[in-house]
Amino acid sequence: MTDLTALSIAEARDALARKDFTAVELTEAYLAAMAAARPLNAYVLETPERARLMAAASDARRASGEVGALEGIPLGVKDLYCTEGVRTTACSRILDDFTPPYESTVTTNLWADGAVMLGKLNCDEFAMGSSNETSAFGDVINPWRRKRPDGSIDPTPLVPGGSSGGSSAAVAAHLAAGATGTDTGGSIRQPAAFTGTVGIKPTYGRCSRWGIVAFASSLDQAGPFARTVRDAAILLKSFASVDPKDTTSVDLPVPDYESAVGRSIRGKVIGIPKEYRVDGMPEEIEALWRQGIDWLKAAGAEIREISLPHTKYALPAYYIVAPAEASSNLARYDGIRYGLRVTGDDITDTYERTRAAGFGSEVRRRIMIGTYVLSAGYYDAYYVRAQKVRTLIKRDFDIAFAAGVDAVLTPATPSSAFGIGEKSGGDPVEMYLNDIFTVTVNMAGLPGMSVPAGLDAKGLPLGLQLIGRPFDEETLFQVAEVIEQAAGRFTPDKWW
Amino acid sequence: MFTAFRTAKPSQFLKGATGDWEIIIGLEVHAQVASNAKLFSGASTTFGNAPNHNVSLVDAAMPGMLPVINAECVAQAVRTGLGLEAEINLKSVFDRKNYFYPDLPQGYQISQYKNPIVGEGVIRLDMPDGEVVEVGVERLHLEQDAGKSIHDQSPTHTYVDLNRSGVALMEIVSKPDMRSADEAKAYVSKLRTILRYLGTCDGDMEKGNMRADVNVSVRRPGGELGTRCEIKNVNSIRFVGQAIDYEAHRQIGILEDGGSIDQETRLFDPGRGETRSMRSKEEAHDYRYFPDPDLLPLEFTRAYVDELKAHLPELPDAKKARFIADYGVTPYDAMVLTLERASADFFEAVAKGRDAKLAANWVINELFGRLNKEGHGIDASPVSADQLGGIVDLIVDGTISGKIAKDLFEIVWAEGGDPRVLVETRGLKQVTDTGAIEAAVDAVIAANPDKVEQIKVKPTMAGWFVGQVMKQTGGKANPQAVNEILKAKLGLD
Repeated sequence: MTDLTALSIAEARDALARKDFTAVELTEAYLAAMAAARPLNAYVLETPERARLMAAASDARRASGEVGALEGIPLGVKDLYCTEGVRTTACSRILDDFTPPYESTVTTNLWADGAVMLGKLNCDEFAMGSSNETSAFGDVINPWRRKRPDGSIDPTPLVPGGSSGGSSAAVAAHLAAGATGTDTGGSIRQPAAFTGTVGIKPTYGRCSRWGIVAFASSLDQAGPFARTVRDAAILLKSFASVDPKDTTSVDLPVPDYESAVGRSIRGKVIGIPKEYRVDGMPEEIEALWRQGIDWLKAAGAEIREISLPHTKYALPAYYIVAPAEASSNLARYDGIRYGLRVTGDDITDTYERTRAAGFGSEVRRRIMIGTYVLSAGYYDAYYVRAQKVRTLIKRDFDIAFAAGVDAVLTPATPSSAFGIGEKSGGDPVEMYLNDIFTVTVNMAGLPGMSVPAGLDAKGLPLGLQLIGRPFDEETLFQVAEVIEQAAGRFTPDKWW
Repeated sequence: MFTAFRTAKPSQFLKGATGDWEIIIGLEVHAQVASNAKLFSGASTTFGNAPNHNVSLVDAAMPGMLPVINAECVAQAVRTGLGLEAEINLKSVFDRKNYFYPDLPQGYQISQYKNPIVGEGVIRLDMPDGEVVEVGVERLHLEQDAGKSIHDQSPTHTYVDLNRSGVALMEIVSKPDMRSADEAKAYVSKLRTILRYLGTCDGDMEKGNMRADVNVSVRRPGGELGTRCEIKNVNSIRFVGQAIDYEAHRQIGILEDGGSIDQETRLFDPGRGETRSMRSKEEAHDYRYFPDPDLLPLEFTRAYVDELKAHLPELPDAKKARFIADYGVTPYDAMVLTLERASADFFEAVAKGRDAKLAANWVINELFGRLNKEGHGIDASPVSADQLGGIVDLIVDGTISGKIAKDLFEIVWAEGGDPRVLVETRGLKQVTDTGAIEAAVDAVIAANPDKVEQIKVKPTMAGWFVGQVMKQTGGKANPQAVNEILKAKLGLD
């Protein structure tokens, strides 16, 4: 039998339909791959028994003629999603062995469509990080490695991006057919770019946030990782729903995204924002961007230079809004009702000891920043101003879209994957700068997608980002597929 | 916030050693919204359930849980705003008030800070001297209640009951328009009446469903405003009065000794009748308010408000005015009758088609008096409006005297039954047969020749004769007829 884990979701779906193999066989192939890939540290909890039961149930449904959109497809779940009866930690010590008695809406949708859960995926603690180095479960190793100029392999371990680093690594290394991620400032798109996978952050409100551990409520959005644009489209269809339990979810019909894949982009207007040419950006990234523009032009799109003048304020404003919301969202982790408790002399001492022991340094830093910017006397200068900037950023995009732009093309990241420890030692701002191209999308609530577009000189994948109109994910899939067709797909050589 | 500068009447001034002082009072009342479910979760609000029985995943602030606004609580807040003749804000915002405490699972209370659902309104107080004092309402906003920390169950642990956590409260903030403890008490009482009329809060202060934070400061009459202290969580109208009296005198004492008032939060100790410091301004929390990103701004249409307005019940002020106009009762009686909607309804049922003043007398003096004595509410009255109306009918048509009516009321109270039937079966019917009365009069005159002599010089003795005749007839004689016959027989004009 061929390696079943090499199949895309669409291929596996068709093969399962032809009864080439069963969901149980497909699941077993993934479980074996996961067991062999533990050095990558992508999973923080494997759930093989549950996976086998779900796969068997899927086969039984198929036998009775009941076939969901993701019937028998094995997926990994970022540990930020609450999964009923399965430990959920947000990769933080503070949640300890917390096991939710409920299932997030997004994963409920996935299982309702027949998908199989393989386990819980590593991520940055509370999704705060761009390299998966803040996880309480340790670093995730990117399945990609650098090539030296002589073509030999540099064994330096690289980060898979973050915060959804377990998701990106698992999908790239064929440890899951697809995975769930969350994106607050780039946590899907940046790791997708670092691993040669496709990742989409849908429009804010497209997916329910219910049951997903909150980082920054006004920015958080769920989205899928996949190996192809088509697979991402298939997954998003199942992810998305209006949810009465999340009043920020939006009641709009969910389109058949897959049907957008392969549609011509002739006549589509693609905006190229000049503000995304940042100082010190590697020439390789510039070249990749130009290449992307040429591919889209060749496919009949109209390329138009646009201006998004407030772009430069997006990152600083983001690092006010996101920590502010986080400082409040994380107040519930107090050692009183669930998770870790370190008993102190009195209640305040218990809070302090519990939270000092439970939260890692990056989370503590952001709680401190958030608390500061919301404090009396600073609120107007920081939080209120950041919200004004946010309005201006959104307006920049509104103006471009109103002028006829259908999608915006930018680089996804300012570099390819870096080495573990290279950016996590000193100045946190150096790490934050990784999100420079992605945070604007969260601030504006727009859909954004990262699609692999090539390899750099070190043989590492690079991605391009597409930004769309609110709730127009279809155009992103349509345009991304053109890039995918032109660039090809990228798979790391197995070394683990 | 201190914008109102009404000066108290000199009779309201407090006398200090160095002259008169005026008290400035503002109230923040927390009223629990009458609803079956909590403000942002579907959990029940039933009182008295076992600890932590009424707790949903949202109330316990489990990871990933999100609040969903309860539409009925919104409607109740709008109804209350309309009842306070207040501005209704078609768009309002929920904010987070951040602080740590074990009975606050989220680590923040969802409240409304800058943009409340209801703006300025007014409450009119009917003071006993007939004066109507208008107190401004600054705002009303919706917020979550916290849970309850129980410190007395264990020497080493505090227990937390989250049944209350997330229950909807309306915080109703007055302007600093009150100038005496009596006005403050009248304010709470009137607000409670309005809320109960609207059905938006049961006003049960014993259960903590309505409680007041009292802001008190003192100043020289009409002078510069003083520094205020806030007395937290006062849970009865009587305590509101006591707390203000104590606090005003405390502040005056300090000022007259040359001291100054620290702005602080204080607690009222009902046992000792005094307030004591809880925390000073320096220790005050920084609540880090910001808009709750889990909730969109709360928006509704004018049509929605109009629809609620169309279905509001008649409110106490309007009802009082109508009672005065339609039934001719005194303003004081009208106020008493309209304190509770059920009492007013009861009165109207008795008064309908009858002598309204007589009905008011019977409802207020006999029924309310008796109910108060027994500690019953109108809902638990053993005498129905039909029965009381029947008694009034019997008085008006001359079947019984007022005195017998009181006895009949006692019988109906204790045993129930149709008053008209009782009058027959118990032989309470008034004797109007002049022959029978004449016989009784004759008997009294014959038995008391000395008194007959006395009355000739002292006509006011007539009352004694009437009493004797009534005694003879078991109180059933028509007093009018007794009077006339007596006058004739004794030769009085």
